[in-house]
Amino acid sequence: MSEAAIPLGVPQRTNPVSVLAQGAAALRNAVFPVIAVFFGSGSRSYSVLLALGIGALVILVGTLASYIRWQRFTYSVGEQDIRVESGVFSRAARSVPYERIQDVSLEQALIPRLFGLVEVRFETGAGGKDEMKLAYLKESEGEALRELVRAQKDEVDQVVTGPEADSDAGDAAAPATAPAEVLFAMGPKRLVTFGLFEFSLAVFAVLGGALQYLDSFLGIEVWDPDLWMEWLAGPGDWIAQLGPVAQALGAVAGLIGLLFVGSVTGLARTVLRDWGFVLERTAKGFRRRRGLLTRTDVVMPVHRVQGYDIATGFLRRRFGWHGLRFVSLAQDAGGASHDVAPFAQLDELAPIVAAAGFDMPPAELEWQRGSTANRNVGIAIDGLLPGLIGLVVLWLALGSSIEELDGKWGFALIPFGVALFLVLRQAFLWRFARNAIDRTQIYRRSGWLAPATAVANRVKLQSVEIAQGPIAKICGYATLHLGLAGGSFAIPGIPLERAKALRSSVLSSIATTDFSQLTED
Amino acid sequence: MEDLTKLDPRFVTVTRIRAALATLPVLIAAIVLESADLLPLGAIVVPVVLLATFIILRIPLRRWAACGYDMGSDRLRVVRGLLFRSDTVVPFGRVQHIDLDESPLERAFGLSTLTVHTAGTHNASVKLPGLASDDAAAMREAIREHIKRETL
Repeated sequence: MSEAAIPLGVPQRTNPVSVLAQGAAALRNAVFPVIAVFFGSGSRSYSVLLALGIGALVILVGTLASYIRWQRFTYSVGEQDIRVESGVFSRAARSVPYERIQDVSLEQALIPRLFGLVEVRFETGAGGKDEMKLAYLKESEGEALRELVRAQKDEVDQVVTGPEADSDAGDAAAPATAPAEVLFAMGPKRLVTFGLFEFSLAVFAVLGGALQYLDSFLGIEVWDPDLWMEWLAGPGDWIAQLGPVAQALGAVAGLIGLLFVGSVTGLARTVLRDWGFVLERTAKGFRRRRGLLTRTDVVMPVHRVQGYDIATGFLRRRFGWHGLRFVSLAQDAGGASHDVAPFAQLDELAPIVAAAGFDMPPAELEWQRGSTANRNVGIAIDGLLPGLIGLVVLWLALGSSIEELDGKWGFALIPFGVALFLVLRQAFLWRFARNAIDRTQIYRRSGWLAPATAVANRVKLQSVEIAQGPIAKICGYATLHLGLAGGSFAIPGIPLERAKALRSSVLSSIATTDFSQLTED
Repeated sequence: MEDLTKLDPRFVTVTRIRAALATLPVLIAAIVLESADLLPLGAIVVPVVLLATFIILRIPLRRWAACGYDMGSDRLRVVRGLLFRSDTVVPFGRVQHIDLDESPLERAFGLSTLTVHTAGTHNASVKLPGLASDDAAAMREAIREHIKRETL
């Protein structure tokens, strides 16, 4: 009846019943004060009345507040955008152009459902919390609004839009119809190798936790040294009588045990997570399946890939193993980026990267280093504190005002050693941190022992910021933050001139393509 | 600062009032401490009042001088920050949606805050405070027009 009767450009209120629905939600807020008052006032004769009165007050205020909010909240469906005006004391007006609305979702929580109401959400890809929503409309109105927005969007988009089908091809498992091409798979052998490199001593943390649990429940004082002394007294004595060779053998055996436990832990975790890892290129995009007990099946449209990261480890790097992740608008369970090939040789990664429409860093790329001023500041900051501590220790040892330290200047070597390590680390980090740009992509390399490369498409960036702290301002370096959908891309500590040059080239690429063209495939 | 548009001068007054409201509790605390006769006369109140005067009178002015924006034909540049400076450029083609906010204080002086939202995780929303309300509305329309033109 009231369907399709949404007048264009006229400010409208949401459904009046939503005041009741929100009032009912205030009921939930009233429960705690009521209980608190009831028990807090003791069991006097009036405590029930008092509690109910407080409860009624909370509900009344909640309903009144939602009524005023409802009064001041209007939305209007215009020819080009949807506008919402809201706010009781401070007014806020928001406009969302149709071109930016990816989809309209309808959501029903329990209470609105009882009243036949829906919450209408406009998904713009702004990242969850900032989405515009109308709470609540009648179910039929919500449906009508969704249809209207889709129709308007089509009208506006006609020229550039292909088939609309992919706008909701999110992460849900979708069976592929077209023959899928396997891009990457890990067999058991690869998985075992991977697991060994995932060496982890996490099991000891778990054991520690379990011991703590024993501590509180069985009354065994785990952290009490006397207990351990007692336990060690028997075998400990026995060890002490074995002589140096046997003791050394024992230590080696202990280390081997540690290695064994760590490897087994890593192996188990890896197998559980990545068993049967398959990455395919399907009609709908990339499809990844993995997992032994919890099997996940993720589909990611190709156009949603914003950039990629190639990372490696200190040890696995010696054998050429790398991990590839895609930075994407959609979130992977928990993580921001999608693991697409967690353990592979570089030549295996190239076709995957190419399938996403990206290129591997070319060999002739002109890598540039960060600013030397930034390196010097880093060295000064990192080296200063342990260096000073070392000087103080040295002074105490030579000045001999404290008995224990008198003449033992060797102690100063420890903080000096730390300072030296930190200084060297900064110097090496600077040596290995590089950035580069070519016609289509921007690159950043970082890390000393375990280098990582991040690559982003120049066109798919959202904003560019040059940030400078007080020290950076004096020394003339800056951090370049690039707005990447679903990830972060910052190049820290580069000369201001370089930052400006990178910014202007990135901006010139961005300006050529509108966002709406990025979301098409 | 190269060819940046300054914010509305009334923004200085607004930030001064905000700073005054923020320093008020400290001032009151200083007076209370002073009246407790712990230290020689004026040992607490004088430095606190001097500092408050600096924060209320000087900082908003310098902040205003450090801020600016540039409305290009296809991009908005926002420069902000006294100590930690940031210079952000948002191309109109990447604007997701546009907010226009007025707090009661801003409204009293006829000012608005323009916020442009992008899809990026960093700089998901770029705020530009201290615009005359009419200018802000005009900027919003200009950005919206650009978005529309680009998608057609």
